[in-house]
Amino acid sequence: MSSRDQILNNIRNQIVASVDHPGLAGEWIRYDDRVEHYATVLAAVGGTAHVVDSAEQILAELNQVPAFAAAKKVVSLCGEVAGNVDFAQIDDPHKLEDVDFAILPAQFAVAENGAVWVDDADVKHRVIYFIPQHLSFIVPAPQDAADAIVDNMHQAYERLSFGQPRFGTFVSGPSKTADIEQSLVIGAHGARSLNVFFLRQ
Amino acid sequence: MKTAQHPEQAAEFVANDARAHWHDQALWFVREKRDRMAVSLPEWEQLRDTASQIKLHTVSRMADYLEEFERNATKLGAVVHWAKDAQEHNEIVLSLLKKIDAKRIVKSKSMLTEECHLNPFLEEQGIEVVDTDLGERIVQLRKEAPSHIVLPAIHIKKEEVSETFHEHLQTEAGNNDPNYLTEAARNHLREKFVAADAGITGVNFAIAETGGLVVCTNEGNADLGVSLPKLHIACMGIEKLVPKAADLSVFLRLLARSATGQPITTYSSHFHGPRPGGELHIILVDNGRSNLMGSSQFRNSLKCIRCGACMNTCPVYRRSGGHSYGTTVPGPIGSILAPSRDSKQHKSLPFACTLCGSCTDVCPVKIDLHHELLEWRGEIRKRGQLPISKTLPMKFTSWMMQSPWLFGVVGAIGRWCLRHFPRWAIYHGLNPWGKQREMPESPKQSFRELYQIHESKKASDE
Repeated sequence: MSSRDQILNNIRNQIVASVDHPGLAGEWIRYDDRVEHYATVLAAVGGTAHVVDSAEQILAELNQVPAFAAAKKVVSLCGEVAGNVDFAQIDDPHKLEDVDFAILPAQFAVAENGAVWVDDADVKHRVIYFIPQHLSFIVPAPQDAADAIVDNMHQAYERLSFGQPRFGTFVSGPSKTADIEQSLVIGAHGARSLNVFFLRQ
Repeated sequence: MKTAQHPEQAAEFVANDARAHWHDQALWFVREKRDRMAVSLPEWEQLRDTASQIKLHTVSRMADYLEEFERNATKLGAVVHWAKDAQEHNEIVLSLLKKIDAKRIVKSKSMLTEECHLNPFLEEQGIEVVDTDLGERIVQLRKEAPSHIVLPAIHIKKEEVSETFHEHLQTEAGNNDPNYLTEAARNHLREKFVAADAGITGVNFAIAETGGLVVCTNEGNADLGVSLPKLHIACMGIEKLVPKAADLSVFLRLLARSATGQPITTYSSHFHGPRPGGELHIILVDNGRSNLMGSSQFRNSLKCIRCGACMNTCPVYRRSGGHSYGTTVPGPIGSILAPSRDSKQHKSLPFACTLCGSCTDVCPVKIDLHHELLEWRGEIRKRGQLPISKTLPMKFTSWMMQSPWLFGVVGAIGRWCLRHFPRWAIYHGLNPWGKQREMPESPKQSFRELYQIHESKKASDE
């Protein structure tokens, strides 16, 4: 008998009382001001949120970020800001090793934990979310920034579907560790800084 | 061979009093962060209830969900393997690595691969395995095991990290700055990431409905490790399953808040199938889990999502250190899981507990930890694995307490001795209660005597 069948048989031979799935309905938390709450939580996890109305404004804010001004190799997958790497032409993700700054689109944000959701549907190398030294996300917001922010994770999963081969991740702040005596250090392996722009259109 | 038991190993740890206190404080700090996060959500208790129910439901239909997961993961292009024990798991990993002649592996945190002792197995085959979580890298360079499942290097001081990094990564001697040390590790591990032939990760959650899996890290090391090489091997215990993707909303809200007091981990990555041109292999490991399923007493421990909250709050864990347990998963949950694998070897663990119940209070999936620990004590007695130092005094106490007269006499003698004996006659090797602490002040009268006086006074007052 294969290990698969042995394991499944062994499980089926156990007498376990049936328990129903509890369902996910609940009075889950909502915030009066999602934009403000999101910005507060993101700041607490080491990132910065901006609400902007134009590409010029994004550029103006980015120019205030020293890492952006100093960046030699910039990947942008957003039309609002120009990069200097032709991402589509790169065949081996290893070639992204020395990217200093990346500006990437994100789909929406979550107020309760400061996260944004991103996936690799239109992104050739998903390592671009993890390998750049610094990272910025642009989240399209139809009219108001609050439109791009859900209150909690239950609402977040209502927006997501997983029918096909794809990678997606919630990113909450820059990469961090506290493995040395519980001292928080920003920039463990991934991004050393994270800016999130809500672009009102 | 006699395996060292918890009291002996803990004795080594507490011998350094200052360090034991430092360790206690470090973990209490994490526990307090967890508390702040828990009270920030009014629905916290409802979340715990829901999480517990979802896990119980999943366990009750485990075989169906495993098959559903396998079907859906395969549809997405992943390859699913089944391993009944650690040995089979390790051999599957090795065969996958050999197929592409992989020599350099990066691995993110996975307690399952620790449980299976994957690293030494692969190293014997000439394969380099680099643990990429900073805490795990520190203990790996020091040739130690993690002492905590979320904070693997919580027992190590920054001065020691500095010495280790000076030796292995050529950092400045005496530079103990965590920023400097983390930067050194970042640069060292970047080289490893770029050079890796394959990436191995653990799994936090696997979704039956979609065939996907979720890996949570703060550092981004799991993602970096599997986004560069073509081969991703994900190793998971079969209890990591959840039925639906939407169930993750509950678990991701609880996990990081309970573990480190963060609202969510920095990266919560959802892998559905391999990336274009790559391979994703998922190994489903039993290694004793399905046996636990049939036990109505201990089935609850399969709900565990490995957040470590029970360790951070445990007064015994905090004061005795993770290594004193001698198991991959230490602390309250480890003291339940280990004896179910080998109760003879781990017989002392259910006694490394004051039954204070704090673990049960913080557990995000409501495992009745201290009840299960008490159950284990009875089970170990039934199996005849208790040492005579425990069984003999228990027999005497049971005999004595069955006679109210004898109980009164022994109590009176005991109280008198405590008041009148010299210190050396009370504090010695035969009295573990006097070890590192003062015995209680002995009252002149017993409770029974006080009660009788009170009652007769009440009667005369009336």
